[in-house]
Amino acid sequence: MPTSGGVPMDWYLILSAVLFSLGIAGFFFRRNIITVFMSIELMLNAVNLSFVTFSYRMKQVDGQIFTFFVMVVAAAEAAVGLAIILTVYKNRKTLQIDEVSSMKN
Amino acid sequence: MDLVLFLVFAIIAVVCGVNLVVQTHPISSALSLVGVMGSLAVLYLLLGAPFIAAAQVIVYAGAVMVLFVFVIMLLNAGSEPVTPLRRMVKILGVPLLVIFLGLVAFIIQAVLPNSETVHFGDPAAKGSPYDIGHVLFTQYLLPFEVTSVLILIAILGAIVLARKELE
Amino acid sequence: MDQLLWLIPIVPLLGFLVNGIFGRRLSMPVIKTVAIGSVALSFLWVVKTLFALGVFGAGSPLSAPYVEHYYTWMQSGALNIGVDFAVDRLSAVMLMIVTGVGLLIHIYATSYMEHEGGYYRFFAYLNLFMFFMLVLVLAENFVLLFVGWEGVGLCSYLLISFYFLEKWPTDSGNKAFIVNRIGDFGFSLAMFMIFRQFGSFDFQKVFTAANGMPVEAAYGTLTVICLLLLLGATGKSAQIPLYVWLPDAMAGPTPVSALIHAATMVTAGVYMVARSHVLFLHAPIAMDWVAGIGLATAFFAATIGMTQFDIKKVYAYSTISQLGYMFLGCGVGAFSAGIFHVMTHAFFKALLFLGAGAVIHGIHGEQDMRNMGGLRKFMPIACWTLFAASLAISGVPGTSGFFSKDEILSAAYGRAPWMYWVGVITAGMTAFYVFRAWIMTFFGEYRGHAHPHESPLLMTIPLTILAVLSLLGGFINVPLWLKPLFPEVATQTETLVWISSAAGLIGIALAFLCYMWRPGIPDTITQSARWLYNLVYNKYFVDEAYNATVVEPLVEGSRTVLWRGMDAAVIDGAVNGLGTRSRGIGNVLRLAQSGYIRSYAVWVVFGSIVLLFIVGLAGAR
Repeated sequence: MPTSGGVPMDWYLILSAVLFSLGIAGFFFRRNIITVFMSIELMLNAVNLSFVTFSYRMKQVDGQIFTFFVMVVAAAEAAVGLAIILTVYKNRKTLQIDEVSSMKN
Repeated sequence: MDLVLFLVFAIIAVVCGVNLVVQTHPISSALSLVGVMGSLAVLYLLLGAPFIAAAQVIVYAGAVMVLFVFVIMLLNAGSEPVTPLRRMVKILGVPLLVIFLGLVAFIIQAVLPNSETVHFGDPAAKGSPYDIGHVLFTQYLLPFEVTSVLILIAILGAIVLARKELE
Repeated sequence: MDQLLWLIPIVPLLGFLVNGIFGRRLSMPVIKTVAIGSVALSFLWVVKTLFALGVFGAGSPLSAPYVEHYYTWMQSGALNIGVDFAVDRLSAVMLMIVTGVGLLIHIYATSYMEHEGGYYRFFAYLNLFMFFMLVLVLAENFVLLFVGWEGVGLCSYLLISFYFLEKWPTDSGNKAFIVNRIGDFGFSLAMFMIFRQFGSFDFQKVFTAANGMPVEAAYGTLTVICLLLLLGATGKSAQIPLYVWLPDAMAGPTPVSALIHAATMVTAGVYMVARSHVLFLHAPIAMDWVAGIGLATAFFAATIGMTQFDIKKVYAYSTISQLGYMFLGCGVGAFSAGIFHVMTHAFFKALLFLGAGAVIHGIHGEQDMRNMGGLRKFMPIACWTLFAASLAISGVPGTSGFFSKDEILSAAYGRAPWMYWVGVITAGMTAFYVFRAWIMTFFGEYRGHAHPHESPLLMTIPLTILAVLSLLGGFINVPLWLKPLFPEVATQTETLVWISSAAGLIGIALAFLCYMWRPGIPDTITQSARWLYNLVYNKYFVDEAYNATVVEPLVEGSRTVLWRGMDAAVIDGAVNGLGTRSRGIGNVLRLAQSGYIRSYAVWVVFGSIVLLFIVGLAGAR
């Protein structure tokens, strides 16, 4: 295998797209709130990948800065989101996303 | 070599992703997510972003996922019962996904020329801690400070939300 | 030197404000003082101003009008309307009448209205009326005159429906205002045409310009303007065809009938015609209309007056008839005679009404003359003052009415002899019905059930003063005073004077005959000409005719077409329909809010796909 063989860049991006779609799929088809949340994290990671790819492409570090901030925000969001899930669980005694539907109509 | 590494870890990432969606127990999904994050860290290295790769492992896999696992254990969430999907999701979900994916792939193909490649150890790739630190503390100083405030708010929010009701 | 003309109307306005705003908390003596005081001050200021302008002295004062310009009210391009007051010979006469007679009536009313509710409100309205009437008289342009014109119409409405809890007063108030409005429509159109023709509303400018125009032989611009002005005047001064409101205006308290519907407001039409005499003199056709309508109204109303039994109604028709005389005078060119008659009429008609009020007051509200009689013993002052007024209105030689009426009739003869003869017959009828009323009220046996008594001092003193003026007021030589203003008209000849006086005396004699010496005669006449009597007694069914042809269709049309058709169905339907439609749409859109997060996610992805399409594919091209 030639060591200097590079990887075509669009492969990275397609991988990112696939992971993103998997995240959406998880969001569509799973019932548990926490699993849905994890799918969201998956989507965020996919986006991070494409950011870094473009940072490499443009030979600038700005994309990675973005990634950095995305990570920070995701961490904060995870903390608060989980706290909300805890509260919802306390009130509704359920983790099924379909049963939290009091905003209906 | 790059190609092999890429393929291996890309496949691991996709498999873990699929596993996340397919598994019934939340813990299994959480562990799959850890796997995804790990392989992504390697891919970041391949893209010449060591700082980000390290941050991914430390923050994401090491802190956020641990938090997830804690909560899952705290809530004692068991396997998901099987309930029918909402009608809209059932009908439109898969087609939309397929369309979405296809569209994105097509656009990527159309936009990027095939000749661009990623080499590991590309000297022009900026990603070292020095580079990041330099830009972070000069050009992006304001967002940096703002995110620290954001984290503070998140801490406060989480504490307020999750504490016991006052008598 | 500034005469501060504005004080003349402002003081009554202040009286209105004080009595209107604080009246409820003020005691009756205070209200009285404010009301009478403001009019008295106004009267004194009029006298003082006229004195300062040299009116009471020798020489030829006020040869030109004395104008005071206050501020510009409306200014827009060619349009410039200012608030200007002016005093000339004509308005000097009117000012004295309005404030003088107005003061006497105010004094009378403080006693007459003592036992009525809403005391302060009455005097507030009365003062407001004085304000508007004075603005009307002092105005130096058509628009300001119109302000006063409308204002007195408003006060007339307020005062006619003073007893607003009963039906007849409120209906009458409405009737007066609405009929007036029709006249005002004519007046407004006339004003528009005046502006279009002359570019201004100022009397000075308009009349100077009109003087330069040729006399119109056919229906030209000036004729149309004058006819429209005449329409306005018929509304305000109760001439054919818009006189119908005045008899019903008797629903108001008697002082109101005296002040507004005898002495002042109704003469505003005559004043307006006299003021615009330059325009009328250049439109002879319009003058003929004025004279014709005036004469017809005078004759017509006199016939009705002969049959009525309500004492106030008799005097109301008498007012309409006498106003017809004034219009006749103006129409044949004897403007000064017309204004002279305004003054004498103010004296004796106000006296007639106030006297009637004294009678009504004395027999506790009874107004039907069939229930009166023999009151001479109980109310001598009322009796003999009314006698003086009746003499004056009949034109008995020497009284004020004699002088003014004969001037008019002579001028009419000069224009067309047949007018004179009709006027003479009307004079005879006037004398007849006025003495009929007097005899029915004060002679014979008392036919009523109350305890008649004389009126208090505050009522009898104004009566006496007016009686003196009615008898001697003719010697105030108004026509001579107004001569520089109006052109010369044919003077009287002796024969004409004797004939018209004779007609009056014959009328008096007939009245005595029918009601005192041979009381059976009236019944015989009414029996033999039953259908004629019914026609006249029912006012020729004019009110009924108007009701059927104008009022009913209008009301019915408004109700079905405009109210149900347009308003309820179309407008409400549209507005409500809009609301209902929105709600319907909202109901449908609401279904998208399923409450299920995953459905929302589907929409999100769908939307992002659309965006991708647009951005990506379009951009990639």
